[in-house]
Amino acid sequence: METREPVAFFLDRFGLSARNLEDTVSSAIARRADYADIYFELRTLQSLSLEDGIVKSAGQHVSQGAGVRVVAGDKTGYAHSDDVTIESLRIATRTAQAIAQHGGEPGSVAVRPAKLTHDLYHLKQSPSDVALDDKVELLNRIDVAARRQDSRIKNVLASVVAEHKIVVIASSAGFVVGDVQPLVRLNVTCIAEENGRREQGTYGGGGRVEYSYLLEDDRYLRFTRTAVEHALRNLHATEAPAGSMTVVLGPGWPGVLLHEAIGHGLEGDFNRKKVSAFSGLLGKQVASPLCTVVDDGTMANRRGSLNIDDEGTPTGRTVLIEKGILKGYLQDRLNARLMGMPLTGNGRRESFAHIPMPRMTNTFMLSGESTADEIIGSVDRGLYAAYFGGGQVDITNGKFVFSANEAYLIEGGKVTRPVKGATLIGNGPDVLTRISMVGNDLHLDEGIGTCGKDGQSVPVGVGLPTIRIDALTVGGTQAG
Amino acid sequence: MSKELLEGVAERLLAAAKRHGATAADVVVAESDALEVAVRLGGVEKLKQARQKHLGLRAFIGDRSAVTSSSDFSPEALEKLAADSCKLAAILAADPFSGLPETEDLATQIPELDLYDAGVAALSAEEAIDMARQGEQAALDADARITNSEGAECNASTARVLYASSGGFTGSYSSSGISLSVVPVASHNGAMQRDYWYSSQRHLADLENPAQIGKKAAQRALRRLDARQVRTCEVPVVFDPQMAAGLLHHLASAISGYALYKGTSFLVGKLGERIAPGFVTVVDDGTLPGRHGSKPFDGEGLATRRTMVIENGVLKSYLFDTYSARKLGSRSTGNASRSVGSSPHVSPTNFVLQAGSAAPEEIIGSVKAGLYVTELIGHGINGTTGDYSRGAVGLWIENGELAYPVEEITIAGNLLQMYAAIEMIGNDLDYRSSVIAPTVKIGKMTVAGN
Repeated sequence: METREPVAFFLDRFGLSARNLEDTVSSAIARRADYADIYFELRTLQSLSLEDGIVKSAGQHVSQGAGVRVVAGDKTGYAHSDDVTIESLRIATRTAQAIAQHGGEPGSVAVRPAKLTHDLYHLKQSPSDVALDDKVELLNRIDVAARRQDSRIKNVLASVVAEHKIVVIASSAGFVVGDVQPLVRLNVTCIAEENGRREQGTYGGGGRVEYSYLLEDDRYLRFTRTAVEHALRNLHATEAPAGSMTVVLGPGWPGVLLHEAIGHGLEGDFNRKKVSAFSGLLGKQVASPLCTVVDDGTMANRRGSLNIDDEGTPTGRTVLIEKGILKGYLQDRLNARLMGMPLTGNGRRESFAHIPMPRMTNTFMLSGESTADEIIGSVDRGLYAAYFGGGQVDITNGKFVFSANEAYLIEGGKVTRPVKGATLIGNGPDVLTRISMVGNDLHLDEGIGTCGKDGQSVPVGVGLPTIRIDALTVGGTQAG
Repeated sequence: MSKELLEGVAERLLAAAKRHGATAADVVVAESDALEVAVRLGGVEKLKQARQKHLGLRAFIGDRSAVTSSSDFSPEALEKLAADSCKLAAILAADPFSGLPETEDLATQIPELDLYDAGVAALSAEEAIDMARQGEQAALDADARITNSEGAECNASTARVLYASSGGFTGSYSSSGISLSVVPVASHNGAMQRDYWYSSQRHLADLENPAQIGKKAAQRALRRLDARQVRTCEVPVVFDPQMAAGLLHHLASAISGYALYKGTSFLVGKLGERIAPGFVTVVDDGTLPGRHGSKPFDGEGLATRRTMVIENGVLKSYLFDTYSARKLGSRSTGNASRSVGSSPHVSPTNFVLQAGSAAPEEIIGSVKAGLYVTELIGHGINGTTGDYSRGAVGLWIENGELAYPVEEITIAGNLLQMYAAIEMIGNDLDYRSSVIAPTVKIGKMTVAGN
């Protein structure tokens, strides 16, 4: 895998010079434009998967290309190509420029190499370079371990996916910067069967980490054990309750709540357009004083972290909510400029074929004072949700959902029997005001999150301490 | 690239795979041109244009196979792709069910299905912007309570797909797509509601009129204003055609050969059983001219066909590609779907719940108290058990009339029970996408609210 400095790597790969970059950026901004950039990307994705007890499929996928963007006011022109030559960049520039009016000052922009200010995932070896045999063996061990753990496990589906991405951004802000972004994820799904009833359990994790991370402390076995336990527990889950009740969320992945309930609503684009339920609430109380929520792209080795965002801005730590008061939005260049707000390093895109927009990185709530036992013990009757599937939000009216995959009843201050998965639904601007206890046990998720917005998927992280929400609607089938 | 050039690339890649030790191989080559424009509050917000190409190779070494893909068509890249594919395949376990389809199963002719419109290819950015403007303007003009907009988008794309295999099949076809969507924001009493409407077709002339789309989007946003929660209850639920299509998506996933052999489908072992009332019929048909889900051959070179999935309430057929069929001792139904970077999987073609006789008003009129669902959010479907729980938006039905908008509620049940509880099917079938249904009434579901 490529270890050279990314800018030199792309120039060499596509037969371009530093001068070509400057010329392209200069000509892109020549009309009455505010900003222009070129984004180069080479992405290699390698996957191996196991089912029916054998590792039977493998894939390796390479995509590369470049996109030219021209921004004028709130207009964006974008063109991309998977053939990268001086000629294709020229055509792309001409296309992207069509949104800007004629009559700007032709000039030249100096594009100087910028240094990365973070080094969050410097690896000895990219996970995609680790020998395939090692990965095959890992998957086989997972299969054996799951079936050995319980004879009710009838099938195991496991996969290891490694991505290696090299990006370069040449910007009319006067810099060119690149990054090498490794990513690995291990996923385990177990199918359990008992008395004709079939259920599944899924668990996994990863990040921008060495492949050996999956093996340290038998982490892969813990993932496997957890997937088996989920599947077995589901075999005995009873109907979930329906209606409004007290809900306790366990630590870690249930932080999906923050991502859906408030995170998207605080992205700059929705607030500039005033279509978010949070529009105009900066400085206002939107959560209980127990809540402080941050988005932090600078955490070493995490799935949601980046050294730079996809516009070349160093990532940062943005306080979204401090002691219940709304403090900040997540911005990309276009929206920060139009709102007169600082860049936060949240301009992200799925690939060279996509236009950047404000996106989250790792979004979590800081720990509070209570213990998990105190929180659960305070609830006479309610739901304890320990693990989630995905979620979704309607930005404009603030309604969000997320699906509890592992949930239990709380009866008399104790977690009792498991119930089936159910959707929880609430209202973003007021759900956090109903948080009455925050635990001292902040956990981040294991590294499995992918966020979709406007057709673009990017890896993200979430985190949460145990919290108590006084009322939330639980969408089970057992009314009353 | 011309058809001949694409064929040349595919031939070279198949030859390279053979040189690197592949005993069989197949290739997918796809290229597309896309134009996307967005307009917001009358001004152009986005103009995006791109040409993309991508190819994928599946190489077999005996009964082991791996897939590689790349957007680089240079001779060196093709050579490396073939080498990588063979190297990857060699490390895998032998799988006796793997392999290309039998030669006698391959399509022998490639029907013309009217999937391409040169008018879509010729659409200029200015024309697309103009359509988006008309759509958004109609929404903004519809009512004083339409106060903002997330904009209107017009997307036009054309694509050519080629599939070739060492088993002796080579085929390609062109297709086009044009869509227009409008997303207005309505506000009243300090609260906002967003909704949308869209039209999507293969042919420009079939696209719904932009002003109509805008007007309909505005009406949908307006009728959501001042929505409230309802009390938790068990009531009949009427799904509008778009939401009813969701119920069909879940059915399509559950009858995929892959979900069945993995045991992750709630329809395992239900073939030949009655799973819905006698008036329920579902057909998968890849041969309908001009439709979204139509294609002249599937992702393995088999002819697409018409498959009766549910006939008079009885589950008649699952959907298979070659691999999943072999795993279950059956035959492919011509439903292999192939994206460039993956092995075949099963997808429906045009998957249609046949229209009934009731007008939608009649169906709503039959409900004393219940929910008319117009939007569902979240992913609360467990494919293994059929358990269903999703966030819902809609209108409350009182004495057969749409009474007031509701939100922040969920609907829950189990898909097996929901299919069995279908009480009425509307006459309002509209081919707006590949998986479609008319209005559907389900006898009873749990609605959770306050």
